[in-house]
Amino acid sequence: MTTWIDIGALDDIPARGARVVKTAMGCVAVFRTAADEVFALSDRCPHRGGPLSEGIVHGKSVTCPLHSWVFSLETGQAQGADAGEVPTYPARVEGGRILLDATRLARRSAA
Amino acid sequence: MTQKLVVIGAGMASGRMLEHLFEAGADHEVTLFNAEPRGNYNRIMLSPVLSGDKDYAGIVTHDDGWYAARGITCRFGEHVVKIDRRRKVVTGEKGEAAYDKLVIATGSAPFIIPVAGRDLPGVVSYRDLDDTNAMIGAAAKGGHAVVIGGGLLGLEAAAGLQSRGMEVTVIHLMGHLMERQLDPAAGYLLQRELERRGITVHCKGATKAILGHDRAEAVLLEDGTVYPADLVVMAVGIRPETRLAVDAGLEVARGIVVDDRMVTSDPDILAVGECVEHDGQLFGLVAPLYDQAKVAALSLRDEPAAFRPVQTATKLKVTGCDLFSAGDFAEGEGREDIVFRDPARGLYKRLVIEDDRLVGAVMYGDTADGNWFFGLIKDGTGIEAMRETLIFGPAYQGGAAADPMAAVAALPADAEICGCNGVCKGRIVEAIAGGATTLDAVRAETKASGSCGTCTGLVEQVLAVTLGDEFVMPTAKPVCGCTELTHEDVRRMIKARELKSMPAVMQELGWKTSCGCHVCRPALNFYLLADWPLGYRDDPQSRFVNERKHANIQKDGTFSVVPRMWGGLTSPRELRAIADAAEKYNVPTVKVTGGQRIDLLGVKGEDLPAIWADLNRAGLVSGHAYSKGLRTVKTCVGSDHCRFGTQDSTGLGVKLEQALWGSWTPHKVKLAVSGCPRNCAEATCKDIGIVCVDSGYQVGVGGAAGMDVKETEQLADVKTEEEAIALTIAFVQLYRENAKYLDRPYKWIAKVGLDWVKARVVDDPESRAALIERFRISQSVYQKDPWADHVQSEQARYAPLANLTLEAAE
Repeated sequence: MTTWIDIGALDDIPARGARVVKTAMGCVAVFRTAADEVFALSDRCPHRGGPLSEGIVHGKSVTCPLHSWVFSLETGQAQGADAGEVPTYPARVEGGRILLDATRLARRSAA
Repeated sequence: MTQKLVVIGAGMASGRMLEHLFEAGADHEVTLFNAEPRGNYNRIMLSPVLSGDKDYAGIVTHDDGWYAARGITCRFGEHVVKIDRRRKVVTGEKGEAAYDKLVIATGSAPFIIPVAGRDLPGVVSYRDLDDTNAMIGAAAKGGHAVVIGGGLLGLEAAAGLQSRGMEVTVIHLMGHLMERQLDPAAGYLLQRELERRGITVHCKGATKAILGHDRAEAVLLEDGTVYPADLVVMAVGIRPETRLAVDAGLEVARGIVVDDRMVTSDPDILAVGECVEHDGQLFGLVAPLYDQAKVAALSLRDEPAAFRPVQTATKLKVTGCDLFSAGDFAEGEGREDIVFRDPARGLYKRLVIEDDRLVGAVMYGDTADGNWFFGLIKDGTGIEAMRETLIFGPAYQGGAAADPMAAVAALPADAEICGCNGVCKGRIVEAIAGGATTLDAVRAETKASGSCGTCTGLVEQVLAVTLGDEFVMPTAKPVCGCTELTHEDVRRMIKARELKSMPAVMQELGWKTSCGCHVCRPALNFYLLADWPLGYRDDPQSRFVNERKHANIQKDGTFSVVPRMWGGLTSPRELRAIADAAEKYNVPTVKVTGGQRIDLLGVKGEDLPAIWADLNRAGLVSGHAYSKGLRTVKTCVGSDHCRFGTQDSTGLGVKLEQALWGSWTPHKVKLAVSGCPRNCAEATCKDIGIVCVDSGYQVGVGGAAGMDVKETEQLADVKTEEEAIALTIAFVQLYRENAKYLDRPYKWIAKVGLDWVKARVVDDPESRAALIERFRISQSVYQKDPWADHVQSEQARYAPLANLTLEAAE
């Protein structure tokens, strides 16, 4: 089952930007695209651990600030020829508020 | 009847002439004068003697026995004082010698530049064995040597002296070394190599005087630079030694004028060698001199012969560097270049083509194909058919239809293509086979050409070789995958079409993506803020993290904090504040940077606003160590404290930094101000470097000391601090308005040319004033401390949006 929790306002994240949510299992980066879509991914690049929340957001992608790997915000898959995957988490916007699935985060953290 | 032959000068030309004469069975009775107290030796080998690789005995070509066997009367060490043409008698210091035929082979004399101090002991030329021995003697005492003249001879002297343990500086009047044999690019490579070996090279240096009381102590240049010198070697050039011929009333222009038979204006007098002028031309290389010797020998035997100077190629090894040049390699209308460069291996080849004929060639590093090119030049061979592959040499010609990519095709799989990322050809071919059929794809897959980018052309060639017709070589390089336009196109259209926002640029210029990418957005953001400082609003989301967060991200995701220290000056109060901050925020590493600042490494992102606030309270502001903008102005202590300082270099550095800080530029900009030519602030490898001299300030631009190492070039010398500051600001603004994003000034200057820059910054006061005014307007917006700004209004950005760890724990 899904338990949505409110983690903040959409406007707390700049368009084409990200903010971090601290969870028991590590930081999750919450991205806001130019079209006001919201995506949540682990804030750790599988390449060298770069903080993806600090990357440049373009379209539905983010570029890691350390070595410019590009990831799809939708799937978490590395783009181009780089191979790697970032865990993704359900996220949505409702009434200008950002909601994350607490059970997903908790279940993972318990595992 | 036996002819009496007198020869004046026992050098390489006359020596060869005598060989020919006796080989042909001459019965001449020869008297040979030589001012040097010895016979003929191989002067080309003086360099190995100087460096210690050979000794005199090893370079003698004609020993006493040789002369004796041919009945030659040797009058060595005896100067000839007069030629009496009426009586056909030569007068030496020890008496006369009558001749039927006379050959003048007096060679050349070193050109001594007429500067004060040229007669001091310790000043030598480099022509003969005595000069060489004098240099060897001086080198035994060690110390500093200055070689004036960066031609072949000067460089060999420099290398020899250096190998004998001296600190050597070469001063060369022209813009690059060996300008008669090399073009600027090859001259630059040669200079870089010499500098790598520890020889200082000063091009565009005009000697003003040789300083010293009872012997040479230093060399002073027109620009005020002083080089200490225990030994000064003059190697600026030679001129034909014609005094005897002039006194004898022979026709002399620059050299002794001879006809095709090597006969002077007196039918009984011939001349050969470097003293000769034939058809308006002088000769210094050995090949034409030997040709002259052959012709002279035939003429003496009354056999028909004519000297026809052929084009010569120069193939040299200067201090271990292979050089080749042939023909005419000057640029000119109707001339085209084919250039091959391999920076990593230090290779450079340039072919000059006119009317489908090769007319000139310059090669550095790999000269194996030199003779083949020289043949094409001499024969005037049409090269149209092999033009595509010409520069790869004869190995890639003939046979089946020429393959323009043969050289790349011939590379083995383990040949390294990308030095930065260590990618070899095999890996790229593999990637291509795996479906990476564009440059971008290969770059993404292998990282080849992803760092400095110099191997981009090679990667494209590997693509072309592997894919054949499927690969279309891109013409101009677009900014990124979002557009076909180049940086230059985009900059031009932003100005011309007054595009003042990022959506406007993307819409009007037909961007293929919705909001660009991490490559184009930072570039567009810079172009827009540089061109429209008042209308455009900086977009932090289009900036790389460092510029967005005003700190440098480290590999572990922490940041570094560098407060500004104007001109490298600090105070106990600032140091205390830095020490306190370092302890308070558990900064693991505190380091002094190359730009004279203090770097606090390992600060957590969320602590940034707090540490900045603490530093702000002590008056410290952002040092912009993270920006494509003004970084630091490095200074030495200057006239305030230093006994050599000529001006207040620290004060000027502070003023420059206070004028320029906060400005965004296409790439980072580093300055330095040195208080004297000793250059302790290392100003001559900075983007802008000012060297103070007694008479004022030398403003240099376009230095580099990173991926490339390059000395600054002179922008202008000025008398006052105000002028130095004005030039610097105008230069920075011109760079901001015109350069491609991520081109350092030296790369930009290489594209537009220093003259273009000078015309706008130095020569035209109105243009300079307008640049400075536009910079002022931009600074009115951007010169503010981003740390204070963010502490005040952007704190939230640095903190987590939410913390779920507490809830998870519950």
